[in-house]
Amino acid sequence: MSTTTLAGREIHVDAEGFLTEYDEWDEELAQQLADQIGVEMTPEHWDVIRFLRDDYAETGTTATTRRVNAVGGFPVKKQFALFPKKPGKKMSYIAGLPKPAGCV
Amino acid sequence: MTDMQTQPAVVPDFGDDDETDRKLVIICSKGNLDMAYPGLILANSALGEGIAVDLFFTFWGFDMITKSRQQKLTFTPVGNTAMHLPIGGRMPQWLSPFPGMTWVATKMMRKQIDDLGVPPVDEFLDQIVASGGRLWACKMSADMQKLTMEDLRDDVEDIITAADFMDLSEGAQTLFI
Repeated sequence: MSTTTLAGREIHVDAEGFLTEYDEWDEELAQQLADQIGVEMTPEHWDVIRFLRDDYAETGTTATTRRVNAVGGFPVKKQFALFPKKPGKKMSYIAGLPKPAGCV
Repeated sequence: MTDMQTQPAVVPDFGDDDETDRKLVIICSKGNLDMAYPGLILANSALGEGIAVDLFFTFWGFDMITKSRQQKLTFTPVGNTAMHLPIGGRMPQWLSPFPGMTWVATKMMRKQIDDLGVPPVDEFLDQIVASGGRLWACKMSADMQKLTMEDLRDDVEDIITAADFMDLSEGAQTLFI
């Protein structure tokens, strides 16, 4: 595990750059993570990210696109529009969570 | 003083800048519940990784996209020697064809799939289409089963011939399931 400096502080990340400590995340940091991968955050983006954070706190795993749709109520099409091409990975990266582990 | 472990910001490579034209074509030829899922899972994963996916339904695979049948796919342990019992051991082959076995096995499999948060076939196809996947139906199978576009899901692009399929699959990685 290594550390990196973002939003003026040191944070723990894995080899790919995904945050490994749930509590090191805040929305200011999320904004920077989004900037780094070229996602322009809108209120709709924040709704999805907040859902992912809350859901992780509850379940201990990162929600898949299927769950973000079924439980969070964000249609799959919308997810692809907000986080193009690889919504599952991009959403979890910005939310400071591990990549989704489920197949679906 | 700088922490020796601190590195420049690591940014995951989501491959957005890559000029990728990776494309997957999956031929779904089976209409059994268990054999519907491999294609659906792979299609869904590929789409989530930014890979273009076309699904081509042929022969028994037609049941997956036929409105009146797509919610009624079943699983039978007949001829499947890898069928294990919840109490341990293998399902005896002589028992598999008994009346009601298909019903029981299907019910069990549906529950297992649902427990994993994996959607039923029709909803899974909804998700695949919403993710940008395209569905195609085989002409010969449609003719054999006397089915038209009316009988198929509304999001099926078209009924196409084997020659059309050759155009569709040009340059794609093709899987036959």
